Amino acid sequence: MYVAVKGGEAAILATHDLVAEARRGDPAIAEIEVAQIREQLGLAVARVMNEGSLYDRDLAALALKQAQGDAIEAAFLIRAFRTTLPRFGSSLPVETSRMAIRRRISAAYKDLPGGQVLGPTYDYTHRLFDFALMEGGNAPEAPQARASLAETMPRVPDILGAEGLMEPETPPEGDPTPFDLTRQPVSFPADRDVRLQAMARSDEGFLLGLGYSVQRGFGGNHPFAGEIRMGEVSVEFVPEELGFPVDLGEITLTECQMVNQFAGSKDVPPQFTRGYGLAFGHSERKAMSMALVDRALKSREFGEAADYPAQQDEFVLYHSDNVEAAGFVEHLKLPHYVDFQGELELIRRIRAEREARLAPEPTPIQEAAE
Amino acid sequence: MSFAAQGDTPYNYAYLDEQTKRMIRRALLKAVAIPGYQVPFGSREMPLARGWGTGGIQITAAVIGPSDTLKVIDQGADDTTNAVSIRRFFERTASVKTTEATHEATIIQTRHRIPEAPMQAGQILVYQVPMPEPLRKLEPRELETRKMHGFAEYGLMQVRLYENIARFGEVTTTYDYPVRVNGRHIMAPSPIPKFDNPKMDMSPCLQLFGAGREKRIYAIPPHTRVVSLDFEDHPFRIQSWKQPCGLCGAQDSYLDEVVIDDAGGRMFVCSDSHYCETRRAEGHAGPMLGHQAAGTLAAASTPAKEPRP
Repeated sequence: MYVAVKGGEAAILATHDLVAEARRGDPAIAEIEVAQIREQLGLAVARVMNEGSLYDRDLAALALKQAQGDAIEAAFLIRAFRTTLPRFGSSLPVETSRMAIRRRISAAYKDLPGGQVLGPTYDYTHRLFDFALMEGGNAPEAPQARASLAETMPRVPDILGAEGLMEPETPPEGDPTPFDLTRQPVSFPADRDVRLQAMARSDEGFLLGLGYSVQRGFGGNHPFAGEIRMGEVSVEFVPEELGFPVDLGEITLTECQMVNQFAGSKDVPPQFTRGYGLAFGHSERKAMSMALVDRALKSREFGEAADYPAQQDEFVLYHSDNVEAAGFVEHLKLPHYVDFQGELELIRRIRAEREARLAPEPTPIQEAAE
Repeated sequence: MSFAAQGDTPYNYAYLDEQTKRMIRRALLKAVAIPGYQVPFGSREMPLARGWGTGGIQITAAVIGPSDTLKVIDQGADDTTNAVSIRRFFERTASVKTTEATHEATIIQTRHRIPEAPMQAGQILVYQVPMPEPLRKLEPRELETRKMHGFAEYGLMQVRLYENIARFGEVTTTYDYPVRVNGRHIMAPSPIPKFDNPKMDMSPCLQLFGAGREKRIYAIPPHTRVVSLDFEDHPFRIQSWKQPCGLCGAQDSYLDEVVIDDAGGRMFVCSDSHYCETRRAEGHAGPMLGHQAAGTLAAASTPAKEPRP
């Protein structure tokens, strides 16, 4: 029995020691260092930063170490820490058009100003084991390009926008401060700032599934990957006492802009519509999924029927947060015996009443033969 | 960065920062002013999992002070795993005195039960709530359920209860049984057994409800009418048992069923562990008290603890 017995407290404390021991594994094997995780498991670190909503590669690596590599548990650690941090202000919007590009591809154009930059990607690898990694050793050095990248790398939607073919991305009336869903309760229908913010911290797998559902017909979009870019952008902040922006440092971002069809309406000529995804680190799958679902969630704004899950903001926003979802699913492990007793009592009583009702009428005793 | 250098507690008293506590207190005041109304609040990420009492923990953290005495129960018992974990959380972060005695506590945080001993004026009962919306199973969209509350449009709920009676001869909700508060809002009492519903009515204590994941707070002020929904010809009924508690012989408490062997043997014991212990200490004995299976269940509880240094 894991409940009801006295001494639960001692048992709980023992689980803490036991999990620490399990985390360490075989002590004959060298302990993994946080710096190794940060440098060599960069994509896992990026995922934890995204779902934990905090850009800190060291803490994300520590979270992964402490959580034995469990991405959701690691995101949970990050969030429980993040929530205690003081807010001293908001940065200026990051300028992804001025990103120091490491990867930039467009599926909509064969070539474009700045060119296609493949960057570090698994896209063109064959998924065959590299058994050399089993042994370890030095990674080959990537060759340097002969020329440096173009100075200007216009974003594809901006190219389309110049022609008036792209839905313009204008801030709402008065350009209000974006909603902060970690500080305020969300109400519905949720505006786009809330939706994008929720998706930025959403579970990658959940968003991937929703994005996929949109492509397969549970939602009407099969868009073009207008552009995916990944690289470093600087974060700028204007301290009140200075009055001019100060560079706080660089962060790695992945941005995806999907280009979708739209037939237009009485007032708007036909034009392409946007789906937008932005994620910390190199997180292409996440950014693409987010862009697909972002467009699907715009169905209300475009007067489209919202018949499918990916188009319904309540469904997407309430269920995509993996820390919340994991908590509630796993709370089923908590004792529920008081409620279960209520159900037991009810089902026994209903069954007894049913049996009594269905029992055959007692047959009258036969009169003895005369 | 080095967090280890900042010492063990870079956290505020009772974990939450003071601004957050103020925000929660404001939500609590509004909740008390409109009994049974669900107040949205900026629920914080907590170091305990969502669905494991984060709503209740946030409320407790917002109202607790060093002079308080805290009792935490889950399923009526002080020593269930999550109750232990939450009690330890407040011992660590709020250096608060804890107790298992219902009458000694100024704040009682609970999951799924109301103590058997009557609550007193001045006490605060904090409920952990998984699903604050009583209409959710009838209408999945928050947009709609808020309107239904706004217009007191509760016909759907009456229809569901009626359909239950038509099909099963009675209302088949055994816990989280909906109540009407102060003649206005229909409210989810949290998954307490319906056995406990009558204890909410006109209670002298303040009852606060926190749903962390769903980001809602609601309240029942002291001496407020709380009525379990029913029909004139099918009045509300609570659970009853054919036998008394096996350990203390109580006939008026909610009983848990404990399977004692693999041949269908079972005994019934009070779910409120402190109530049961108190009765045994007063000399009451149930039919199973000497039984071998009762051994682990009947062990004495630990005395009230001072905060850890």
